[in-house]
Amino acid sequence: MAPVATAIEEQRKTDETALITGSEAIAVACKLADVDVITAYPIRPYDTVMQYVAKLVANGEMDCEYIVAEGEHSQFEIVKHASACGARVFCGSSGVGWMYAMEALTVTPALRIPMVVMVGNRALDDPGAFGVEHNDALAVRDLGWQLVWVDNAQEALDTALIAYRVAEDRRIFLPCAISCDGAFLTHSQALVKIPSQEKVNEFLPRYNRADLLLHPDNPITVAPQANEDWVMEIRRQNYAAMERTFGVIKEAYADFERILGRSYGNPFFEEYQTDDADVVLMGMGTLSTPVKVAIRQMRKQGKKVGFVRMRWFRPFAAEDLAKSLGRFSAVGVIDRDYSFGSPYLGGVLAGEVRHALYPSPGKRPPVLGFICGLGGREVTVPDVERMTDSVYKAAEGKVQPLTQWIGLRE
Amino acid sequence: MATYVQIDPTQKLDPFKAVKKIPLEEFFTSGHRTCQGCESSLVMKTMAKAAGPRTIILGSTGCMYVANTTYYSTSWVIPWMHTQLGSSGSAALGTAAALKALMRKGKIKNEPINVIAFCGDGGGADMGVGAISATLTHPDYNLLILMYDNESYANTDIQLSGSTPWGAHTTFSPPGKVKRIMHHRWKKNMAGMMAVGHPTCRYVATMCMSYALAGMNAIRKALSIGGPTFIHSLDPCPKGWDYDPYLSHEMGELAVNTGVWPLYEVEDGVLRLTGRTQQLAAGKIKRQPVRNYLLKQGRFAHFTNDDIDYFQSKVDEMWNKWLVPGVIPFRKEVEADNPPA
Ligand SMILES: Cc1ncc(C[n+]2csc(CCOP(=O)(O)OP(=O)(O)O)c2C)c(N)n1
Ligand code: SF4
Ligand SMILES: [Mg+2]
Repeated sequence: MAPVATAIEEQRKTDETALITGSEAIAVACKLADVDVITAYPIRPYDTVMQYVAKLVANGEMDCEYIVAEGEHSQFEIVKHASACGARVFCGSSGVGWMYAMEALTVTPALRIPMVVMVGNRALDDPGAFGVEHNDALAVRDLGWQLVWVDNAQEALDTALIAYRVAEDRRIFLPCAISCDGAFLTHSQALVKIPSQEKVNEFLPRYNRADLLLHPDNPITVAPQANEDWVMEIRRQNYAAMERTFGVIKEAYADFERILGRSYGNPFFEEYQTDDADVVLMGMGTLSTPVKVAIRQMRKQGKKVGFVRMRWFRPFAAEDLAKSLGRFSAVGVIDRDYSFGSPYLGGVLAGEVRHALYPSPGKRPPVLGFICGLGGREVTVPDVERMTDSVYKAAEGKVQPLTQWIGLRE
Repeated sequence: MATYVQIDPTQKLDPFKAVKKIPLEEFFTSGHRTCQGCESSLVMKTMAKAAGPRTIILGSTGCMYVANTTYYSTSWVIPWMHTQLGSSGSAALGTAAALKALMRKGKIKNEPINVIAFCGDGGGADMGVGAISATLTHPDYNLLILMYDNESYANTDIQLSGSTPWGAHTTFSPPGKVKRIMHHRWKKNMAGMMAVGHPTCRYVATMCMSYALAGMNAIRKALSIGGPTFIHSLDPCPKGWDYDPYLSHEMGELAVNTGVWPLYEVEDGVLRLTGRTQQLAAGKIKRQPVRNYLLKQGRFAHFTNDDIDYFQSKVDEMWNKWLVPGVIPFRKEVEADNPPA
């Protein structure tokens, strides 16, 4: 076991660096993970990942069955069945494509089928919009999917490898969706360190379906008709698997750091300039970029603002988060999604954060919700400053709407 | 690194020469709870027997899922997995693709394993037709999709599907005071459609359990030939068709002998009528009137003589006017269509 410092040194020497997009980074992860079956169907912006994979397959750099399905429902059903037979699989979609696959998305975690997929987050129709919104991936939040949001191409590659490790862990066997904001991440290039195949092999064991393998040597009946006799016990097993993800995710990040030499600190959420912060903003995905820029500017004006970026939305590290948020005098949650008619008419993340805080034994700061950046609209630095002002007012106890739409035309 | 089209070897399953040559070993056994006289469950039993133990079976939602796989009393001796109602095509494709990749990469032993996905007529001819069609276009996977057609959504209480015959009484098409015929769509020609529309599909056949040996041999041929294949089985269903269960076998024979259900196979594009259908078409035996078939079933009990005549005229057309009789409904000229009022 190499100490972390040496591993980092080593990685600097062995890793090659490439200028690639978030989609390409995930395609590279698929290659490194030696994925067996991949299914594609066109929808922007996620489909770029499948274009990169297709090139890898065509050039003989990757050996897998690459199937272009006739719709997303089939796309996800095909890999579900391939995974049941022990194949490592990759899939993905965006917006209404993800929703078209909904039945398959429902049964996959229910069946304890591991798979890693990429959601190129996109606004749902109608009206048509290519830009990012998080409602697509969030639609499966109650079903047993692990959901993680990344904000740069390096994190996309690394998280994909970690996701395979966690999803295919026998203690878990649940699918994992990696959300990449449409355009802002799927299509923007950045310098990415590509780990060596040997390191990846050491980190990521082969997928072993073991006693659940569908094969003539193991003639089991999968997904029988259980009815009220057993469904509740089976649901409880899924609940327990999801509960175990906390520990398995932590293990995977620790091994990732040890073997591949890159550390992500707390796997579940990233904290930026929170040590001395009075108030914090929260959000998921690439809105971290304008928020961090704004924070640096505001700090020059003496405003002690921090940022908490949720990575893992499922599992949701409620206790850790509540503990962390207890340090601040107010929290502003930026949702790139909507949940019409929900409590306080807020976004999905705001609701979860309030939920996480309510039973907390510690301090419970007021939580403001912001709906911002829908349909791919840019979240600007002035937007962030405006939200911060509201959060400061909340900290002072000023009454204002609990949900505010930001960057909206008057 | 073989990513080009390459068909892996299949099992060589020679036809059973006679009923007495069929092995006694069962792969679909006790534990199921289908109705008495259920021909679809006979399809399951003979399908598993014809395929043998080195087989994976995927089953769509429907009677053959719900009634056959009660938790803790599954009737399947060979590996079996549920797939969604419209997913038989995708289930077969995903399973075959996994086996191919894992064998090529040396992750599992390289051996021919049969992949069969079955679906009902609702799951196949309605909801899953897109996925089945797509799967039949993939030349590089060995698989069979078998549609067991009991002519209704049986499991959900007998509702009409795209495969229900014209005029039939179902819970969604009850004969009423004003509308005697609620269901005025004509049964979808699934086997013909699959054969005509999918040049990569090397084998399409129809079958009926009243001729079980022929059906089993069609399954064995479909599994041996390589690539994606499709079989359409007509299965009398005492509950949905409303007749006494002891008549199931006879009901299948009547469907064939009235010409309502043609038996044929299309192998590498070559059409061959089979069994009694071949004799009917060759004029060696006479087609029985459809009346004999229809009036034995409660689902047609509301038919008037005009309705029966209309049904007969459509079956006559199928044999006398279709360019490929019994199989493909192209005609030389436009025919008048006069359904009863
Ligand atoms: C997506 C979806 N819609 C509806 C159903 C409800 N459903 C369960 S079984 C069934 C009947 C299927 O009919 P068919 O495929 O003909 O099989 P059969 O029951 O006749 O054997 C239906 C509609 C379902 N399971 N899934
Ligand atoms: S309803 Fe029909 S298909 Fe279903 S079990 Fe009964 S006889 Fe068989
Ligand atoms: Mg049916």
